[in-house]
Amino acid sequence: MKLIYKKPDTITKRDTTYCPGCPHGIAHRLIAELLEEMDLVKKTVIVWPVGCSVFGYYFIATDAVEAAHGRACAMATGIKRTHPESFVISYQGDGDLASIGIAEAVHAAARGERITVVYINNGNYGMTGGQMAPTTLIGQITTTTPYGRKPELNGFPMHVPEMLAALDGPAYIARAALDSPQHIIQAKKFLRKAFNAQKNNLGFSLVEMISACPTNWKMTPVEAMERIRKEVLPVFPIGEFKVAKGVE
Amino acid sequence: MEKKLVIAGFGGQGVMLAGELLAEAAKDEGKFVTFLPSYGPEMRGGTANCDVIVSDKPIASPVIAHPQAAIIMNLPSLDKFEPLMEKDGLLVLNKTLIPREVKRTDVRVLQIDAQTVARELGNEKATNMILLGAYAEVEKPVKLESLKNALKHFLTGKKEALIPLNEKALEKGAEIAREFLGGK
Amino acid sequence: MGEKVLMKGAEAIAEAAIRAGCMAFFGYPITPQNETPEYFSRRMPELGRVFLQAESEVAAINMVYGAACTGTRVITTSSSPGISLMQEGFSYIANSNVGCVVVNAMRGGPGLGDIAPAQADYFQATKGGGHGDYHSIVLAPHTIQETVDLMYDAFDLADKYRIMVVMLVDGLMGQMMEPVEFKEWVDVKKLKTPEWATVGQGDRDHRNIITSLEILPDGLEKMNLALQAKYKKIKENEVRLEEYKMDDAEYALTAFGTVARIAKTVVEMARADGIKLGLIRPITVWPFPEKEINKRADQVKFFFDVEMNEGQMLEDVKLAVNGKKPVHYYGRLGGVVPTAEEIYGEFKKLVGGK
Repeated sequence: MKLIYKKPDTITKRDTTYCPGCPHGIAHRLIAELLEEMDLVKKTVIVWPVGCSVFGYYFIATDAVEAAHGRACAMATGIKRTHPESFVISYQGDGDLASIGIAEAVHAAARGERITVVYINNGNYGMTGGQMAPTTLIGQITTTTPYGRKPELNGFPMHVPEMLAALDGPAYIARAALDSPQHIIQAKKFLRKAFNAQKNNLGFSLVEMISACPTNWKMTPVEAMERIRKEVLPVFPIGEFKVAKGVE
Repeated sequence: MEKKLVIAGFGGQGVMLAGELLAEAAKDEGKFVTFLPSYGPEMRGGTANCDVIVSDKPIASPVIAHPQAAIIMNLPSLDKFEPLMEKDGLLVLNKTLIPREVKRTDVRVLQIDAQTVARELGNEKATNMILLGAYAEVEKPVKLESLKNALKHFLTGKKEALIPLNEKALEKGAEIAREFLGGK
Repeated sequence: MGEKVLMKGAEAIAEAAIRAGCMAFFGYPITPQNETPEYFSRRMPELGRVFLQAESEVAAINMVYGAACTGTRVITTSSSPGISLMQEGFSYIANSNVGCVVVNAMRGGPGLGDIAPAQADYFQATKGGGHGDYHSIVLAPHTIQETVDLMYDAFDLADKYRIMVVMLVDGLMGQMMEPVEFKEWVDVKKLKTPEWATVGQGDRDHRNIITSLEILPDGLEKMNLALQAKYKKIKENEVRLEEYKMDDAEYALTAFGTVARIAKTVVEMARADGIKLGLIRPITVWPFPEKEINKRADQVKFFFDVEMNEGQMLEDVKLAVNGKKPVHYYGRLGGVVPTAEEIYGEFKKLVGGK
């Protein structure tokens, strides 16, 4: 019998703590597949954030540390600088990275830290119940923007890859989406380049992954994926923003 | 023996260098020594002073509340430290920048037109060394020779060429002090 | 021991840490201790070690946390306002059971305060400071030589107990110069990556996870109990103090750090007047020398606690004395350093009033 699909060994057997239809699992699988394909599993340390993926170390079987809210890039810096042989991934959500941890992310990028950031953008604070995030769209209703996000009150959504691409430190910056098989295949390609950036010692790398939060968006998983295509991607377009030589 | 000296003046007058030189010389002689600087918040031109204690026993507090001796390089420093001096303490004054007389009558005063003397030696910046040489001759916390030997720790690279001038300034200060002591 | 060198305290701290095997520094500039990071920035690259100026104290302590997770000897140095920013990281480090050394050159507070020497971070350092039930080992040296010597112990203790060790000094110790002698270099080749470090699983048959998170209260209680068991062991084994002229003392000063140094002059002044005064100087302010102070309460007529704060260690002294004898206090605030004459004057008032 021909094996056409298999769960990566690096994904544990434990049930995840994610809601039905949540794309965190997809992002986890992409990381695990690539770590195996690139023979990096045994060298990897993942810095997990505060947010829905706070228990990420239960699901991806590598060495792991659990950071304080927003501090994952700083912690990853501490690991990588003192142990450069380790392959260091910082897995962060949009509240963690773009709000409370923006300084750490920007400076890690500016320094060209040899770390890879997987940045999950689902447009709200999932774990704490769906509050406004820096990435919440204009007009989007959240538990702290009950009348919709208004620019005059809450400003505008933050485009992290575009911001970081303006710096000299990053070697690879991209935005992918986890809404469809086609986009997921593309996300894996982007992530491979980001991993290469670290593996080949080229600089900082980050892939934003546009994700969904069906529970807080109060949608079915299918509706949530459709919303990504209709409402989110026009504001947060897929693409590569910085591609250094040697990431291919 | 325990000698407590305050050196005070403007930033840039070499207050800290004089203090550190004395501390280095004392260390080289195997004595106990503490050097405690105190600056204003300015990077340049503010007031600066330091406390140096040289002793043949371990030194408890490095802070000098009442100096036994003070090298005073400008008027504000005299205003500040004159009232704090111990009875019979020694004030070594840079007369060039201090237009007034000392008010207290229970302290020893050695006035030196140090800046002028330094200029005659070739560099006004050696004023601190003239005053330090004079102080060391009177109070003898360390040998003059030790001060001269310690210069090499501070004047390195291009500044090495300044060592002879600074040695001369230390000697000149000591000479002036000897006249002062002899004249008493 | 090598020859004596005249060094500024802030630089001696860095040199001692380097010789003690510190492999990484992460920090952010703040007065009055900038000479320490500046010294590290020169020396660490020479030795192939890590120096990184972080974007904030918040980032710095989390870099320290990351480095500590790799089992590396790591340090940060700062002063009061910067240390306040690091408290979150301290709490995480405590419940993650990783080791590091933190130097706090205390300055006057609260708020931006001033840049003069103070001791007002005693509570913050000894009672935890961040959230949760935790402690760090807190060393309070009173001379530059002692600071240098204790730096080696600080790293050893951090490794041994996998705990944060605070070197609690003040701006005065950082700025003053004194001759110091350094102990032998620690052979860093002998510092191996510990078995628990998160550096990638490698050949291990299990993976390592370092976290301060345990969502189930029963589980978190167990984590807390394990921490408390560790603290108990530290209390039993690591208390250090100096008792200065206490053998025949009728009165005892209590003081730490710079003030303890000044207090030694006060002891001499009293002795010159024929008054039997001694000094109890905790070297570890956590764990606090409770038993030792309690024992001395049977001997002396009263205790006189002197600090550069509003009476913080005073509370620990009172707990230790436990009502056996009066505990008096004198202190200066905001960065004012009390003089020996001033302290002795206050002491004489107390003796005279008896």
